[in-house]
Amino acid sequence: MQWDPIQEKLEILAEAARYDVSCSSSGSKRANKSNGLGNSTGVGICHSYTEDGRCVSLLKILLTNHCIYDCAYCISRRSNDIPRAGFTVDEVVSLTINFYRRNYIEGLFLSSGIFKDADLTMERLVRVAKRLRTAERFNGYIHLKTIPGCSEELTHEAALYADRLSVNIELPTETSLKTLAPEKSHVDIMKPMAFVSENIRALASDKKIIKSTPNFAPAGQSTQMVVGASPENDLQVMSIADSLYKNYQLKRVYYSGYVPISNDNRLPVLGTPVPVIRENRLYQADWLTRFYQFSVKELVDPKNPNLDLDIDPKLSWALRNLDQFPVDVNTAPYEMILRVPGIGLNSAKKIVAARNFQKLGWEHLRKIGVAFNRAKHFVICQSSAMPKEVDARKLRAHILTQSKFGTSFSSQTSLFQ
Amino acid sequence: MTTLLYDGSFNGLLTAIFIAFEYKMYDCSIDTKERYQATMFDSPETVMTDKLKAQRVWEGLCKKVSNHARREFYYAFLSGLPGIEDTLLAYVRYAFQNNSTIEKNFANSVVNMVSQTAHSVHREKHRMEAFVRFIRLQDDLYCAFISPDFNVLPLVASHFQDRYADQHWLIYDRDRDYGIHHDPQTRLVSDVIIEKSTADTSLSTTVHEEEVAYQTLWRSYFDHVNIQERRNIKLHLRHVPKRYWADLTEKTAGV
Ligand code: SF4
Repeated sequence: MQWDPIQEKLEILAEAARYDVSCSSSGSKRANKSNGLGNSTGVGICHSYTEDGRCVSLLKILLTNHCIYDCAYCISRRSNDIPRAGFTVDEVVSLTINFYRRNYIEGLFLSSGIFKDADLTMERLVRVAKRLRTAERFNGYIHLKTIPGCSEELTHEAALYADRLSVNIELPTETSLKTLAPEKSHVDIMKPMAFVSENIRALASDKKIIKSTPNFAPAGQSTQMVVGASPENDLQVMSIADSLYKNYQLKRVYYSGYVPISNDNRLPVLGTPVPVIRENRLYQADWLTRFYQFSVKELVDPKNPNLDLDIDPKLSWALRNLDQFPVDVNTAPYEMILRVPGIGLNSAKKIVAARNFQKLGWEHLRKIGVAFNRAKHFVICQSSAMPKEVDARKLRAHILTQSKFGTSFSSQTSLFQ
Repeated sequence: MTTLLYDGSFNGLLTAIFIAFEYKMYDCSIDTKERYQATMFDSPETVMTDKLKAQRVWEGLCKKVSNHARREFYYAFLSGLPGIEDTLLAYVRYAFQNNSTIEKNFANSVVNMVSQTAHSVHREKHRMEAFVRFIRLQDDLYCAFISPDFNVLPLVASHFQDRYADQHWLIYDRDRDYGIHHDPQTRLVSDVIIEKSTADTSLSTTVHEEEVAYQTLWRSYFDHVNIQERRNIKLHLRHVPKRYWADLTEKTAGV
């Protein structure tokens, strides 16, 4: 192999792919039959983290950054004067296999600029996945980008080899899309998403009748929305995410804080800080709706259309709804314990289990791992008097001054409890 | 007070617990022979590991707690933390004294301690599944060195066995000075010990001809997926603590 040109391509095509935040390698079970290479256990492993604190789980690259489109927010847009490169199918396959065998990665996340038309591009992506699965007997994780506008046959074939498919919705509203990516439309984007979602659903109902159904994108679909490039508020962003979860059974919606890459006057100017805090709040809110039984309406509404940047959305909700507190940890239902700031999923489960043995007091809560300094304002238990502070403004200020949270943000984990 | 000394194996610990019950030693402590330090008020007694006795304790525990709790018990043992034996002894006592299962009483300090220690060990296991970096040698052996916080090799073996079924590999725990080795022909994983003198010196000279190239590619991939504008070293360090860097290809300068 000629190493230098490969390295140069890898640098260009990794850099072009890095704005796609999806990194997940979970949700797929693929056993290593036939003593081949690799497996997916459903858990997902982050093999490393870059200096920006993001997980490195998959080899995330573009097949090529040549693109016939000119989306303003994208580094690969055709009007951008940057070096262009393209991998051959062979090159992507050897990189994947060799990185995988050294335990660097869980698999491949392959996307591409649209280099001639949608079908040709998609066909090439599918070819890589097919080679990995058949010739190389590779059972690791494969995530393919579905190219908007490609044929249903190709989407179907892609789903046979890939664990996950994704198509990025890019911007929250059609209006913004019209302004920043006039050649794209939500209709084109939603078509493959709907197609895959229908097929997954059909397959699920087949599974009840037939034992062995073909693998069809077993880890489901995800999508990404860029935030901060266009004027939508969090209410709009979250409502769209919510409808995607509900109507298309998406596994994940990713939020990508816009990193200024152009002096196009339709976009935030170069040097504008990346909205990392907002992005983090969106992930936290997303988490609350998926695992903590909150509805979008409870977190943002027309009166408060944006998430509070200073405090996490769970605390923010609690302060707006002080009438629902204090919660008695010894008697309250699990759902309500989950809503207490400072009590996470694990602690909530432990509390509900442990209170069958004895009445719980402060010491027990501490032991169980509750973020005590936060939770104490919102609960009562065996050993407590009523919490004193009941004024929301004062309480907020009080929690903020003693909070050790707030400086490091992650897009992949929830930092609040 | 009596301190029961065992050989450091899991069966050894279970045997010691058996003895403590058998002789009704309510006020005793358990420690490994290796770690034990004599004090004035204390009489040590060595326990011979006995599989049958160990099995009786284990089966007794089966009747009292779930599989999940027993796994936590084993994980906590692998932590090797000073004093963990006493906690585990107290756990067995607590479990045997009660008719209903105690494993979910997280407000009890012993149960809580076992559960939290198991959690830390589990995290280290998961970390090692992520942080192992194989180096391909000339003879196609894929070789990795690690220094995990706890003794997690017994826990990660099956993961690597499933994943790299067609591969010849070796993962070596430097601190505990043993490794696990997988043979793709027999599909078996076995424990190995490398002679100190051969360990580090022979490796660098016999790496596969493509090894350096792939390490370089991996490092440049790692550098180029990073987004400078989002730099967040605090978060980076939380996920990849410095003590692991020496064995992570992407965090070292290369050869
Ligand atoms: S089509 Fe995709 S790669 Fe091409 S400019 Fe638009 S976002 Fe970028």
